[in-house]
Amino acid sequence: MSRAPRTRTVWVTGLLLALLVAGVGSWYASSSPDGLESAAEQAGFADTAQDSATADSPLADYAVAGEESRVSTGTAGVAGVVVTLALAGGLTLLVRRRAAGAGTPTD
Amino acid sequence: MHVPDGFLDPATSVATGALAVGVVALAIRRAERELDDRAAPLAGLTAAFVFAAQMINFPVAGGTSGHLIGAVLTAVLVGPWTAILCMTVVLLVQAVLFADGGLTALGTNVTLMAVVSVVLGYGVFRLLTAVLPRTRGGLLAAAATAAFLSVPAAALAFVALFAVGGVAGVPLGAVAAAMGGVHLLIGVGEAAITVAVLGAVLAVRPDLVHGATHLHQAAPLQSRAEPVGAGITR
Repeated sequence: MSRAPRTRTVWVTGLLLALLVAGVGSWYASSSPDGLESAAEQAGFADTAQDSATADSPLADYAVAGEESRVSTGTAGVAGVVVTLALAGGLTLLVRRRAAGAGTPTD
Repeated sequence: MHVPDGFLDPATSVATGALAVGVVALAIRRAERELDDRAAPLAGLTAAFVFAAQMINFPVAGGTSGHLIGAVLTAVLVGPWTAILCMTVVLLVQAVLFADGGLTALGTNVTLMAVVSVVLGYGVFRLLTAVLPRTRGGLLAAAATAAFLSVPAAALAFVALFAVGGVAGVPLGAVAAAMGGVHLLIGVGEAAITVAVLGAVLAVRPDLVHGATHLHQAAPLQSRAEPVGAGITR
């Protein structure tokens, strides 16, 4: 076998990178309006935006309970990575199980 | 470019919601073929990575920022149908937990960033890999171009939806100009991040990259007559 890293090593490295980006890097992200927000301002329809029904949720706007701090943003980011990993990993696992049992009529 | 609630009227939101549900249902069936032993564990990780990367807004001109969408990156890494599922999960988590993108606009955001970006982006990628050299550089050039185009494509798809169901009565030309212009710039960032991440994975484990299958097929002493997609008999 060559010196290529194992899949597990790649996986763990990728996860650590994602946690680092969301948990630490996110604090340094630009807070300027994004492309759609600034286009909406420019074209004059920004005021038609409404608050999401989840605007008061504990992690709204990538902060824990609205607190603006490095820890708050980082915690929200890590939580998002973990939840996304669990949901997307779980969904693709289910799709795969379904594929594995494709020989038997299930529907 | 997460669309908030209120920009589009309810009928348009229902329509994009229905389209999103239909495409995701189709993707659940089609992703089966992409999720082999190698790709399956990486799909969840890729979604988590895209979530993290989307938190990093980078500045572009004129006090505006943008962030990675990640549709082309994901499609090249784990396959287009799996990418639709991954992107949808990211958008769902953002809307429900983080109030990023409206809840009634979730179908719209899935349509723009999980369907339009993936389908157009991966289509461009496949077209270019067919004509470019079958090398790592050729693959990265194809991915860069596809990633770049996927951003203004999603932006213009929003303009099309706004034309049909925009709540505000503002001139469409102004919306198109503002959206198109800034998203061309954000597309440059999209291409740069896509190439950096793909290049890193290709350097260590090219066999893990779904969109790099043609590189292995071009390897010497290997038959090119190998039927595509054969041999999955799980």
